[in-house]
Parts: sequence; C-alpha cells; structure tokens
Amino acid sequence: MNAIAVRGLSKRFGAKQALNDVSIDIAQGEMVALIGASGSGKSTLIKHICGLDTAHGGGAIEVFGQPMQSGGRLAQGARALRREIGVIFQQFNLVGRLPVLTNVLIGHLGRIPHWRGTLGLFTAEEKKAAREALARVGIGEVAWQRASTLSGGQQQRAAIARTLVQKSRILLADEPIASLDPSSARRVMEVLAAINREQGITCIVSLHQVEYARRYCPRTIALRDGRVVFDGPSVKLTNAFLTELYGANSEELILPDAAPAKPEKDNAPRKAPAMVGAGAFAA
Amino acid sequence: MTDMAAPSTPQVGAAPAEIGRDWKRSALNGGLWAVLALLLLWSWGPAEMGRWTYLFTDAGNMASYASGFLQPDFREWRYYLEEMVVTIQIALWGTFLAVALSIPLGILSARNMAPWYVIQPVRRLMDFCRAIHEMVFAVLFVVAVGLGPFAGVMALFIHTTGILAKLFSEAVEAIDPRPVEAIRATGASRLQEVVFGVIPQVLPLWMSFALYRFESNVRSATVLGIIGAGGIGQVMFESIRGFYYPQASAMLIVVVATVTLVDLLSQQLRKLFI
Repeated sequence: MNAIAVRGLSKRFGAKQALNDVSIDIAQGEMVALIGASGSGKSTLIKHICGLDTAHGGGAIEVFGQPMQSGGRLAQGARALRREIGVIFQQFNLVGRLPVLTNVLIGHLGRIPHWRGTLGLFTAEEKKAAREALARVGIGEVAWQRASTLSGGQQQRAAIARTLVQKSRILLADEPIASLDPSSARRVMEVLAAINREQGITCIVSLHQVEYARRYCPRTIALRDGRVVFDGPSVKLTNAFLTELYGANSEELILPDAAPAKPEKDNAPRKAPAMVGAGAFAA
Repeated sequence: MTDMAAPSTPQVGAAPAEIGRDWKRSALNGGLWAVLALLLLWSWGPAEMGRWTYLFTDAGNMASYASGFLQPDFREWRYYLEEMVVTIQIALWGTFLAVALSIPLGILSARNMAPWYVIQPVRRLMDFCRAIHEMVFAVLFVVAVGLGPFAGVMALFIHTTGILAKLFSEAVEAIDPRPVEAIRATGASRLQEVVFGVIPQVLPLWMSFALYRFESNVRSATVLGIIGAGGIGQVMFESIRGFYYPQASAMLIVVVATVTLVDLLSQQLRKLFI
C-alpha cells in the first residue's frame, strides 16, 4: 500500500493551470524532494495532498489507501485523515501570541476528545510528549516563550515538533527552508531527515534549491508549469539536466557556488576599446 | 508615477519642465466648496442660526443660570457616590452581556469564518441594534420591566452588542489565516480552529474595544437616568428639573471624576493585555 497516491490531479486558478494531470505514487518511509521554479505548482500539490484545497473536476488523492479527495470534493473521512499528515509551512504558521508549548500541544487536537481539546485541557502525559518533541528538535529551553519571539529556524523546528506530537505518518513540508539562513536551513533539513530515518515517517519536502534535494532526499520529483517533468533518483539531477528541464529558470534552482561561471577570455580582444577599459576597471 | 517610470528622462542637466496648472482639478475643487457653501446656506434658516446674536445680548441669562452651578453642594456626597456606583454597575453588566454575545456574533459575521447566508442575517440584526439609540431601547424596556436600573442594563446591552459585534468581526477579518490553516491541518475541528487560531490573534483588539465601550457606557448610563433608568443620572436630572443647581453641580463633578478614573484604569488594563 502506498502512503500517497495522486491520480490525474488538475487545478486551475483563473486562467493559470497550476496543476496539469499530476500522477505520483509515494511508498511508505520514502523521503522525496519536490522541486521546481516559483509558480511550478509545488505548494498547490502539497495543499491538495493534505486536503486544504480541492482540485477542479477530475483527479483523486488517496492516503494510506483511503480517499482524501476525488472529483473536486473532500472525502467523508478527510478530517480524520488529516491527522495522519503533518504539514510544515514556509512561514512556520505558528500562533505568535501563544507560548511555544501550546503551539506544540495543538498537534494533539486531532487525537484527543473534542471537548477536552476545545477547552485546552491537556493531560500531564500530553504535555510531556510536547516537551519531548521540543527537546527532540533541539529547542526544549524555549517552551514558555511566545512563539513570535523565536528566530526563524527555531520557529520552524517548533512547527516540526507540532507535527511530531501529532504522530502523523506522513510529513509534508512546503518550502520549509526558503525563509531561513543557510545554517538554520541545514539544521531543519537534518531534523527532517532524522525523523524520516528513525521513525520511518514518509516525508515530502518541496525545495527551491536542488542542492538540498541531492544531499537529503534519495528521490526527487520535478514540476514545471504544473506537470511532472522528472521523477527518479536525485543523483541523476545534474546541473546540465536541470538546465535542459528549466532553461533560463534553472538559475534559481542552482546555488551560485555550485555552478562556477567559466571565464570568457576568448571574447576580450574582440570587444570595443571602451568596453575593454570598463572591463579592466571592474576587474 | 509615469514620469518616474520613463527611463529616458535625464537625471541631471536640464531642469524638469514646469507643470501647467490643472484647470480641471481646480474647477472640481471650486465646485465642491461651492456645494458646501450652498448646503450651509440652505440649512441656516431651519437650524435657526439667525439666533446667534442672543448668545451675546442675553449672555446674562446664561451667567445667572451657570452661577447656580458655581457653588457645588457636597453635603449629600455619600448618596451621590452610591448612585454613581449604581451607574457603574449598570454599565458593567450592560457591557459584560454585550461582550459575551458579541464573541459568537462577531465570529459569525466575519467573512473569513462563516458563509454569506449566516453573515447577512447576523449583520442586519447588528445594524438594527446599532442604528437605534440606547435611549429608545431604554424607553422600550422601561415599559416592559418598569423604571429602574435593569431597563438601563438591557438598553446598553442591546445597543453595545450591535457595536461590539461589528468591531469584533472586523478584527477577525484582519487575522493572519496561515496559523489557522496549520491548525486545520492537524485534524482539529472548526471550533478548535477558532479557539486556538483566531481568539489568540484578536484578543488584544477585542479587549481594547470592550474597555472602550465600558467607558462610553458609563457616560451613556448617566444620560439614561433622564428616562428613569436609575443611577446618578436619574437623581441629577431630577434635581436640575427642581432647580437644585448646587446639588446637580456636585453630581456633575462626581460624574466627570468617575469617567476620568475609569479612563485611567482602562488604559492600565489595556497595557496588561497587549
């Protein structure tokens, strides 16, 4: 049984075709990168898998063999199925005025009795689980701070702790490192990889930069204009292949230091004298 | 904007060309002022503005009336304070009931929380509560529950609900939807989304609105005394009607001092919650 099965999913926003007949299968325990330029449909696909958005007309999504949505409507058990899917967002989406611990405790809501969750009455055991999750992602000491006072990297790790408490079997991360500095980004990716390795949680991470996909995810799915254009091992994604896939757009997927520009010595003599002078000045 | 966008405009050298006077705009401005002048002229007669000269010729009357207020009589101050407390108690209950009802109504009339067929009836009901002055409701309730503070409480409750529910719903419409989405993604229910995602975001604003309405209601509760809705207002207007100006003056001072006090207190409270 696949963790996630997407069949013929299409979605349009006005005139723009955001997803175009997307079909993917993801096995349990996989760690998959979802790459593509801005507007290629990564976020839209993730929102559909976790049931926060519905497709137009055709297309179906199954999670652990149960329908999440089909024919543009959420399935009956979608709310219950959401519990199995933890979602991490680019902007962290924590409730800024609540303490970090409460934000993590929110992960319990889908699993405890409704009245107890609504009144915010969490048991000592649930609070212990939340503290353990915070310690697991390395920010146990900030449990009582307001979430808004944390740095970006800490907020993203708090958001990961929330999905750990949720005990979801799938983790969808929508550009989790796009608003983080490089060292926080690595830290967050390592936490995600560890969760995947040690707990066997299926991870889908949408990424902007292909370096992270190569380093942390064995498999990559590449989207362009809402279509799947590559689905295979990340090692096959060479820079040359990316350039072939995305053309001029490939620049934003490749870190500058990964593809050193070739010096163009041959051209210099052919330039007009004034340009040579300008070039010498710049050098 | 168009000038800035033109890339060919030289940055230095030639001075920018003088911009000619925009006659269309000037004519429009002149027209608007003319309309205002016409409206004022038209309203002069009906508003009896011609009587302004009396302000000076009969200023003596005012002075003699006001002089009655110059010697406030505080001999009955205990009674005034008791009645003032009753007025505050009326405002407190009126505001509390309004806040309690405005929380669900405010959420049900927010565009990002409820479908239109819920929003529209709730909003129209709130318009109705808001459009009618407290005084009118008070008269209505006096007929139903008799003279006294309870009629005042009910009048403030209905009118304030109309105002607060609108302000509350506007605060809800301005929230950041992303945390709410994240809570939905954990499998939480709609009610839990509101409790954990919406309320924490709007609480400071709601608190501020509620405190402000409490201040306003202390003032309104005083005026409600005119139609017999209890509190210091009733006593004050009775003494004005009976030409007991020194006593009325003392009560006015008590009211002003109390309103100032409530204002200072609510400022401190607001700081606590934001």
